[in-house]
Amino acid sequence: MTKSAFKPKIVGFLCNWCSYAGADLAGVSRIQYPPTLRIVRVMCSGRVDPVFVLEAFRSGADGVLVAGCHPGDCHYLSGNYKAQRRILMLKKVLEQLGLEPERLRLEWVSASEGDRFATIVKDMTEEITKLGPSPLSVGGHFNVKK
Amino acid sequence: MENVEKLKFAFYWAASCGGCEIAVLDINEKILDVVAKADIVFWPVAIDIKYKDVEAMPDKHVDVCFFNGAIRTEEQEHMAKLLRAKSKVLVAFGSCACQGGIPGLANVADRKEIFETAYLQSTSTNNPDSVTPKTSFVVMEGELKLPELFDTVKTLDQTVDIDYYLPGCPPHSNLVAEAVEAIAKNELPPKGAVLASEKSVCDECPRKKEDKKISKINRVYEIVPDPEKCLLEQGIICMGPATRGGCEAQCVNANMPCTGCGGPCPNEVEQGAAMMSALLSILGVDGEKERAHDAKKLIAQVKDPLGTFYKYSLPASLIRRRIMKS
Repeated sequence: MTKSAFKPKIVGFLCNWCSYAGADLAGVSRIQYPPTLRIVRVMCSGRVDPVFVLEAFRSGADGVLVAGCHPGDCHYLSGNYKAQRRILMLKKVLEQLGLEPERLRLEWVSASEGDRFATIVKDMTEEITKLGPSPLSVGGHFNVKK
Repeated sequence: MENVEKLKFAFYWAASCGGCEIAVLDINEKILDVVAKADIVFWPVAIDIKYKDVEAMPDKHVDVCFFNGAIRTEEQEHMAKLLRAKSKVLVAFGSCACQGGIPGLANVADRKEIFETAYLQSTSTNNPDSVTPKTSFVVMEGELKLPELFDTVKTLDQTVDIDYYLPGCPPHSNLVAEAVEAIAKNELPPKGAVLASEKSVCDECPRKKEDKKISKINRVYEIVPDPEKCLLEQGIICMGPATRGGCEAQCVNANMPCTGCGGPCPNEVEQGAAMMSALLSILGVDGEKERAHDAKKLIAQVKDPLGTFYKYSLPASLIRRRIMKS
């Protein structure tokens, strides 16, 4: 079965000050984690416009991870609170669209949590693998002729 | 005596409510200017010209075709392609043609579900033989045909190449009159332009705008809004910030929130996402630090995000429709 060959494509929006640094720490610490995550560095998780997430899914991403500083630790004070509200609303919209809300994940990762970052990517990869390829990536959704 | 040849206009309605046809008449006495400059060569609601007459026209015979309504049947798709071939300029007229419009919300379902609800399951339906529409049915006299209903509602520009967008549900009569004048004077903007304002509805809204911080969403029936104050500041979801203007903010001036029929603002990828981002920046912003654990409850106040943020624009949105059930 080709299911075992499925390797998800996950797009990650990581904030510069905490989560990107955390991912970097995982890297320099040589912590192994699946190569499924495609990282986009943003200055703050609050910069993540809902359009970015929807574009990622439209482009065929099987999952989207948005990671920011822990509440109270945002470099710009309150950007991560906006991110939280936006991602929660997006999950509702995805659900209404029939896309599994588990494909979108919001996590708080600090600059020192290299280990935890790797675990998050590992967990998310397993979960998305179980869900299977995104229905938007298998073709046919946007070519619905009829 | 100048012998100026009159322009040839065509109007067509696809998946539409008929409001856009009325909007053409809403320009009141300016209709006299229109008929002075143009002959209407095709208008199913008003004139008895047949499809075969359109098919018989040479290509590009029609100067401007104002096409309203979304595309969701075989017939509508055929007419969109036909009128594209027969028209020099094709204008997507009204929210349905531009963005999918209200019929576009059918994209949360598919043909099977729609037929089941409408013809079989609704409480007042009595259909013991479970009859649903068919595209072909043979009777004694021959074969009867109905155009196929598609699973997905599409915008006009997802079906054929178009020249201009004239949004609104229906378009404001000023915008219609201005468009006709631009056509008559041959002063249309470059192809692909939206024939409306370049600014949001907020720009035309006369209300007082102060600090935007809302903690409670109010549905329109829950409070009597202060007529002077910004509706969004009073907790009523007004799509003004994410909607193109040109409509003189008529709805807001009638003490009702904008629902977004003007389509997205210039340079916005998607109207629904733009409004979500804007609303969630100001919803719960007071005390957001203390109440971060309660964010779910805050968001739950929006009962139907898809129907609220994508009311007119679901087919034009990034995802376009609910995932088809296999």
